[in-house]
Formats: sequence, C-alpha cells, structure tokens
Amino acid sequence: MAPRLKLFIPLALFGVLALLLARGLQLDPKELPSALIDRPLPNFSLPALESGDMLTNATVTGEVALFNVWATWCITCRVEHPYLEKLAAAGVPIYGINYKDDSSAARRWLAELGNPYRANIVDAEGTLGLDLGVYGAPETYLVDGAGIVRYRHVGEVNDRIWESTLGPLYRQLAGGESGS
Amino acid sequence: MIPEIGHFALILALCLAVTLAVVPLWGAWRRNLGAMALAPSLAVGVLVFSVIAFACLATAFLQDDFSVRVVAANSNSLLPPIYKFSALWGNHEGSLLLWVTILAGWMAAVATFSQQLPTVVLARVLAVMGIIAVGFLSFSLLTSNPFERLLPSTPADGNDLNPLLQDPGLIIHPPLLYMGYVGFSVAFAFAIAALLGGRLDAAWARWSRPWTNVAWAFLSAGIMLGSWWAYYELGWGGWWFWDPVENASFMPWLAGTALLHSLAVTEKRGLFKSWTVLLAIFAFSLSLLGTFLVRSGVLTSVHAFATDPARGLFILVFLALVVGGSLGLYAMRAPTVTSRIGFAWLSRETLLLFNNLVFTVATLTVLFGTLFPLVMDAFELGKYSVGPPYFNAIFVPLMALLMPVMGIGPLSRWKQDSAARWRAELLLPGLAAVACGLLLPLFGQGYNLWVALAVTLAAWLVLGLARDLHNRIRSAPSIARGLRRLPASYWGMQLAHFGFAACVVGAVAVTQYSIEHDLKMAPGDSETLAGYRFEFLGLARVEGPNYLAQEARFAVTRNGRPVARLAAQKRRYLASGSVMTEAAIDDGLFRDLYVAMGEPVGSGGAWAIRLHYKPMVRWLWLGALFMAIGGLTTVADRRYRRHRAPARAPGGREAAHGTPA
Repeated sequence: MAPRLKLFIPLALFGVLALLLARGLQLDPKELPSALIDRPLPNFSLPALESGDMLTNATVTGEVALFNVWATWCITCRVEHPYLEKLAAAGVPIYGINYKDDSSAARRWLAELGNPYRANIVDAEGTLGLDLGVYGAPETYLVDGAGIVRYRHVGEVNDRIWESTLGPLYRQLAGGESGS
Repeated sequence: MIPEIGHFALILALCLAVTLAVVPLWGAWRRNLGAMALAPSLAVGVLVFSVIAFACLATAFLQDDFSVRVVAANSNSLLPPIYKFSALWGNHEGSLLLWVTILAGWMAAVATFSQQLPTVVLARVLAVMGIIAVGFLSFSLLTSNPFERLLPSTPADGNDLNPLLQDPGLIIHPPLLYMGYVGFSVAFAFAIAALLGGRLDAAWARWSRPWTNVAWAFLSAGIMLGSWWAYYELGWGGWWFWDPVENASFMPWLAGTALLHSLAVTEKRGLFKSWTVLLAIFAFSLSLLGTFLVRSGVLTSVHAFATDPARGLFILVFLALVVGGSLGLYAMRAPTVTSRIGFAWLSRETLLLFNNLVFTVATLTVLFGTLFPLVMDAFELGKYSVGPPYFNAIFVPLMALLMPVMGIGPLSRWKQDSAARWRAELLLPGLAAVACGLLLPLFGQGYNLWVALAVTLAAWLVLGLARDLHNRIRSAPSIARGLRRLPASYWGMQLAHFGFAACVVGAVAVTQYSIEHDLKMAPGDSETLAGYRFEFLGLARVEGPNYLAQEARFAVTRNGRPVARLAAQKRRYLASGSVMTEAAIDDGLFRDLYVAMGEPVGSGGAWAIRLHYKPMVRWLWLGALFMAIGGLTTVADRRYRRHRAPARAPGGREAAHGTPA
C-alpha cells in the first residue's frame, strides 16, 4: 500500500465510528423490546431474600404491583432507590427482583438504604431475568392483578417517568380493579 | 436583567470566536500580517465575554433568581452559597458554559504565553481553537441556552441540587476535569497548525509539550477527585466503576499519557512525527467523543444529565467536522518520508514506543468496552452492558507488562543502549525489588501474591528512579548542588513515575486487603475490625442548612488507646426528600476506617452499621496527585522560557526555529 494511503486509515475508521454514533442517536437505550407485554409473568419458584421462603407467581401476584429488577452492582439502582422508597410510602406495592447479585450484599444494601419492597425474589442465576428478557438493571415491570405484564420501563424510575408513563398506567389499572 | 446581559455576552463571544476562526487563518494563507496579528486580541476578547456570561449565571444562582430555568431546576434558597455556586456546573447548560469559559481561558493563555512563537504559527493555533470555540458557543446558544427564563410562571423556590452533588469534592472536580479535557485542545491546535504549515519538527514538539503536560496534570487531578468523591459519597467504599462517564474522562487521559511520551521522542530525536500528530488529534477527539457520549444520551449512565436528541445530533455533526476534518488533513499532509534518523532495538526510543503501544491498546480497549453496548444495539444483536470484569481482565495484564519496561525507561539512553549496561545498572534495584516483594506484604493482612507482585513492580520502578537520580548527581561536587542542577522536567518525570508506582500499590492493596463488616449495633455495642475497636457511643439529631440528620457517634480505639471519633450521618434533604448516607472516615496513610449508617433495626436505637477497614486507599489519590504535580513541574523547565524566536520579522515567514537534536 502506498504510504499516503495508509494515512487515510484513521479517517476511515473514524468514518465507521461516526456512522455508528449516528445510528446510536436514533436508538433509545431505554427502549423496551419486550415480547412479554400483555402476557403473564413467567413461571418461577425462587427464594425470598429476607426470609428464604420460596416465592412463586401465586405468592406475588393478586394486585397491581411493580417488579423492580435491581442489584448492588448497579449504580443507577442506587440513584433510583430513594424514589422507590417514596412510591412504597405512597402505597404502591413493589416487589424486587435481586438480579445476578450476592444475597448478603443485597441484604446489607436494604439494611443501609431502606427497603421499599414487599418481598425480594433472589434471581442469583438470572433465570427469571432471562425469561423476562432483562438486559440490565434497573428495569421495572408493571404487572396487573391477574399477573399479566402491562408495561416495562428500562432504566431508572424517577419522578418524570412516574408522572408521564408508569404512574397513569398504574392508577388506571389499580382504579379499574377496585371499580370492578 | 443580569441573565440577559449574560446571554448577550455569550452572543458577543460567539461573534468574536467566528472572527478568530476566520480572519487569522485567512491571514496565514495570504501572508497578511495584520490579519494574523489580530488573533491574540480576539482570543482575549472571547475570554472576556465568556467570563462575563459565566459571572452573570453565577450571580443568578447566588441571588436565587428562580426565573432562570437552570437555577430553578438545580438550586434552592436553602442551599449553602458554595453549593449554589457549584450548582452552576451541576447541570448540562451550566457545565457547557464552564467548558466554553475554560476553552477561552486556554486560548487566552496561549495568546499570552506564546508570544515567542512565529506569528503565523500563533495565528493558526488560535484560529483552530477559535473554530472549536465557535462549535461549543453555538452549541450552547442554539440547543442549551443557560439563560432561558421561566416567565411569567416563575417558581417560588427551586428544585434543589441533587444531594449527591452537594459535596466539596464536586465543587472542584468538574472544573479540573474540564481543564484537562479542554487543555488537550491546545496540543490539538498545535498539531493542526503544524499540518497546515507543513512543518512538523522538533520546535513544534517543544511548543506543544508544556501545554500537553499541564492539561494532562489537570486531567489526572480531576479524575483523582472524581474517584475520591465516589469513594466517600456513594457510601460503599468503591473507587472506580468503569462507568461510561468515568471512561469518557479516562480515555483522553490514556491517549494523553501516550502523547506526552511520544512528544518527548519527537522533540529530542525528531522521530515518530506522524504518530505524535495522530496522538494529539486522538487525545482531543476522545475529549470531544466523551462530551458526545455524556451529553447525547447514547449511553446511559448515572452521571448523565438530561438528554436530548437535538443536542446529540449537534455534537455529532461538530465531532464529524472537527475530527473528520483533522484526520482528513492528517491524511493529506502528514509526512510520509521514512525518517533517516535511526535507533537501535535497545534504546529509549524503543521503550517509549512500547509505552505508546501499551497506552494506545489501553485506550482502544476502554473505547471498545464503552462503545460495545452501542455497537450491539446498532446491529440489533441485543442490549448489553460491559462491566468491570472485562476492563480488569485487560487492564491488569497491560499494566503488569508496562511496569517492568517503565523501570528501565528513565535509565535508558537515546539512540543506542546495551543490555550489559542495563544489567549492571539494574541488577541491584531488581534484587532489592524482589526482596521488597517477598518481605513487605508480610506486614499486611496475610501474604498475598497479588500484593507481592504489585510491591515488587512498584519497588522496581522507584528503585530504578533512585538509581537514575544517583547516577545524575554522582559527578556533582555535593548532593545539594547535584540536585539543584537537575532540570524541572526531570523532576516532573520523577514525581509522576513515583506517583504511578504509589497508585499501583494502593489499588492492589485496597482491592486485596479490605475488610468490611455489616452488623446490627445499638448504643454501647462494640466491634473489633483489624485490631480497631469501634464503640457505638450513641445517636444524635443534627440540623444542617438544608437537611435533617441522624448521627451515629463512634469512638475507635486500638489496644486501649484512642484513635479517632467518627460521626456517620443519615441525612434527609428537605427540598427533595431524598435520603443520603454520609460516611464517616478516619483517614490515614496506611489505612482508612470507614463507618456508614444503614437503617434503624427494631426498637432501642439499634442500627444496621457498616464498618470498613481500607488499607492504603489514600495511596491511589496521593499517587495521582504526585502525577499531577509532576505534570505541572515540567512546565518550569528552563528550555520552555526561551528567548524570542527571530520569526517575528515582517511578512511573518516561518523562519527556521530550533534544530532537531
């Protein structure tokens, strides 16, 4: 290769990178490609973090609730945590799915930061996460009283997300149930 | 009124920057001395108006002007004044204004301190920086105006600054980091100016070096502060997370480290010219890329501020123009002739080449890890996140490869060296380093192979440095006179390399030897950890300016003797209602003791308490501090305060300057 031509290699590589970044701009990293919407929560039988009892679909469904996928290795989860506490204090039932985590670290985390969860499902192997299609933490699923997944939010739940999407849906589902 | 003045000043700064980007470049092309001579004044002008804009926004924050949107969203009347000020850069718009102001500061500094440069070179350098300023000023004005008003519906009070950011470390972390990021624009501008002028020589490298070193020093200090902040504020004792935003600052640092070593070769030996130019472009491009990644929302991160696709598109287009343009220029203008200056396999050139190889591979590794989730997403191969295991698996071996070579570096000779000489010089340091590695870890928490390896390599570095120092002052009449005779740049190298060794020891020791206990403690309880007895004295209620806190007080004793009193807090911030854990830390050169409060457990005042013993964690930040001080020290070197070059002759011709060694 001619020496001059070689000098174009960095430019060419940058061109590829720029195209990639342009594509990245059109993607929403928090977009939900979930196939589970309007389908039942996958079957599972996993221990509870606090008590060690086995939890199954039956024990955690029955009312409209949030299922929050979290882990102690997830920095965003730490940011999200206070908001979940707020929601829990406002009476929103939240179940935790402690995803691919060390259980003792997770118990410490709850002891230290507070526990907004009704119960925590220990998903150390990530099997439930696999069935749900989790690709990272935090993620939050809105599940209705019949155990049907209604919505999935990827990333942190905060005031903006709650007020714009999750909250209205939650109130609609919860309201519909108490009305019927 | 004040915000409008700020807005107007920012517009004026943009107008001046546009002039700076166009007129001196035209002047350099047409050899018009008047047009070229405008550059320094224009650069100072951009600084003046950026500072006015910055001061106006700062005033709005300090006076609680909640009619300004960013103030309302990020400040609160209860916030202590110092945090009102630092809230200015705790958000996208304000931090961009800080970015622009710092860039203008660097431009004005180049205009002031580089008077000895040939006019045409100075004109080109400042014009290139002017182009960058145009990009960022228009980004600020068009997509993220910090002076936007909320009229007439002005809120009564602000939303408050994120409590995580209400911290002394975060007051200076962003400015330092930006000083580093933006500082690489100087090396970049010098490289582009050299490509435009067609002269890549030792003089160019000499001019770039002090600027590169200072930028690198600021970036080191900024990264250090960020890590320190994460350690005590996030509350679980970690110090590096390989988060995309951390990586965004780390990549320019790695590329910058390669650049400043490569510049040394180019200055002293006139070698690696094209490579050095490429690294200069690379380092600043990574700063821009970091800005893009953080500001566009392409990657999610805890540090990311509000994201907006329009902003992302703007930065991407700007990135494409600046980086694409400079790489295009590089492809057209970089010299292709093979250098006639040769060097032997065993020589300082080879060792520095190895340094460049390691740091380039490290940069690309981090770049790849950071962009991997994006690549997979773009090709619809699924969503991924890349975590510490990947980075550690590559980084630890790379550093382990680097350090043996780094120990030889300072002792090596340019052009041609011999293995026999290295053996003679380094046999003693080598044996002593192995002895240190065998013996020192015995004083830690049990013998640990990783620590032994780290201590051996660090001792090898430090003893190599000591040997070199000894060699250099051996011929002097007295030690003091010998030490005084050594140039500042040599001291800078000593300090920075020493700092690196300290960092490595700190990182490995704290990773291997940390102890943490989580337990339920009631007032009166005590717990012993690594020989330290922590006694829970009691709880107190504390009122802060904008929060209420529960405080757990501890007395720490060792063998019955008092060591420290620690007061950890659990704070509830009034405006946002968020709860923060404020760890209490007793710091020491050889160990930190760390207490954090969890939740109240049961009745009777018992709490879940986390106790940490963190050996040598300070070495990490002290090491980084040494590196930063080393980088700054090099600037004091005599050869950067040279007499004025004779090139300020009429016509501004690029007269010959300096000769390659």
